[in-house]
Amino acid sequence: MNWLDTIVQGILLGGLYALFATGLSLVFGIMRLVNLAHGDLIVLGAYLILLIVSLLGISPFLAALIALPLMFGLGFVLQKVVLNRVLGEDILPPLLVTFGISVVVQNALLQGASADTRRLPTGDIGVASVNLGAVTVGVLPVLTFASAVLVIIILNQVFYRTALGRAFRATSDDPVTASLMGIKPKTVFAQATGIAMMIVTIAALYLGMRANFDPAVGPARLVYAFEAVIIGGLGSLWGTLAGGIIIGLAQTLGAAINPEWQILSGHVAFLLVLLFKPRGLFPRAVD
Amino acid sequence: MSLLSTHGLTAHYGQFQALFGVDITLEPGECVAIIGANGAGKTTLLRALSGILKSDAGAIRFNNEAVGDRPADEILRRGIAMVPEGRKLFPSLSVEENLLIGAHARKVPGPWSLEAIYALFPILRERRNSPGTALSGGQQQMVAIGRALMSNPAVMLCDEISLGLAPVVIRDIYNALPHIRSGGAALIIVEQDIGQALKVADRVYCMMEGRVTLSGAAGDLSREAIHNAYFGAAA
Repeated sequence: MNWLDTIVQGILLGGLYALFATGLSLVFGIMRLVNLAHGDLIVLGAYLILLIVSLLGISPFLAALIALPLMFGLGFVLQKVVLNRVLGEDILPPLLVTFGISVVVQNALLQGASADTRRLPTGDIGVASVNLGAVTVGVLPVLTFASAVLVIIILNQVFYRTALGRAFRATSDDPVTASLMGIKPKTVFAQATGIAMMIVTIAALYLGMRANFDPAVGPARLVYAFEAVIIGGLGSLWGTLAGGIIIGLAQTLGAAINPEWQILSGHVAFLLVLLFKPRGLFPRAVD
Repeated sequence: MSLLSTHGLTAHYGQFQALFGVDITLEPGECVAIIGANGAGKTTLLRALSGILKSDAGAIRFNNEAVGDRPADEILRRGIAMVPEGRKLFPSLSVEENLLIGAHARKVPGPWSLEAIYALFPILRERRNSPGTALSGGQQQMVAIGRALMSNPAVMLCDEISLGLAPVVIRDIYNALPHIRSGGAALIIVEQDIGQALKVADRVYCMMEGRVTLSGAAGDLSREAIHNAYFGAAA
């Protein structure tokens, strides 16, 4: 067994999990909202990209570019019309509402797209690989990981270098005082959910190109995303990448030892981190 | 016509009525002090003026327009900025970012910019990259005042700006108020320190139990009248 290869594959898989988790982390970091429909929204994004590919006959990458603004709009409206109404001191109402959205999305997809498994067409890129000597890496996993890093770099730039990022952080700190600065907290929340849905679209692109999907696979994606966010530390974007990598590594190493241990190993790694670092590896200073 | 006024303003916190028909006025360029003991309704009045707290009866007029039902973000954009009690700096923002966020939504020409704030409070330039909450109480108050000024407001509401600060720091803060007034902003200052308030204010309103019990020009009010209005003793 080539352990180096296993480790590299695990790190690259972590990029996909980081993409699953980044949107969740963003929304939680800004408005303390745990979105139980996050996994189902990723699957919805994958179906949207598939629909655009089918209608226009273009590559999934181009289809994702078209899907990005549509998903932003969906996130913005979802937050403005539904989620903003239930945000408050009590965390239970938003949890229940996002659980309801999860059920609605799953059933709507089941009704509209049937329970058949689907996959986005990858063309040559799906099987392309680069031989680096001891390690051979697939082009698609590398693209996935690079996309995850790029998304986190861009988000950090937005957060720490722009007026919008200042508004995000100020609203996250104290929405009432932020409103005294002329900021509309509910609009900021809607913008954040819109951006999270754009990240969801990128995650959906790679999910759909790397694996089969059907309307029921969302909750498992949500679990991976949760684990990555919690391992990294709630609200920490780079921590989310680290969390994704740890789960990816644990799964790949577990599978290398025994293929039946793949999923279990990820969960065990999550529990171990939770046991020794309950606030995650890189918790934000102010939470 | 007053720049800002309230007529019969009434407000509740749940079942508890905090304001009972409050009437005040603020003229352009004026400095008005609201004084009173704890629980008199001073902060509630400022919260209602800033849009954080919805009044349930009465009117608030600014620039001859009714603004009592407008949200806080719109009140700021119209030109009323608030320095909240306890400073309320944003912990995840640096000093400079805390200042910049003050101009996030209202970008109007005026005397106040980042450079003007640093000229008013030079220590903030040195600490510009520090987290806002890592500063001393006095420096945090300077940031809170600077943050409100960054929107070049027509009216600045200052809630207990001397609370918990050392006398020397209070002096520095109050020394800045004439500069702020000369920039064109009218001020409403909520203050428990009567002496400090009388020094800077043109007019004074004394509140007790949600009502205005005394008002007048700062120079015309006797200490005895203020004492009686403040503590509720028979005049």
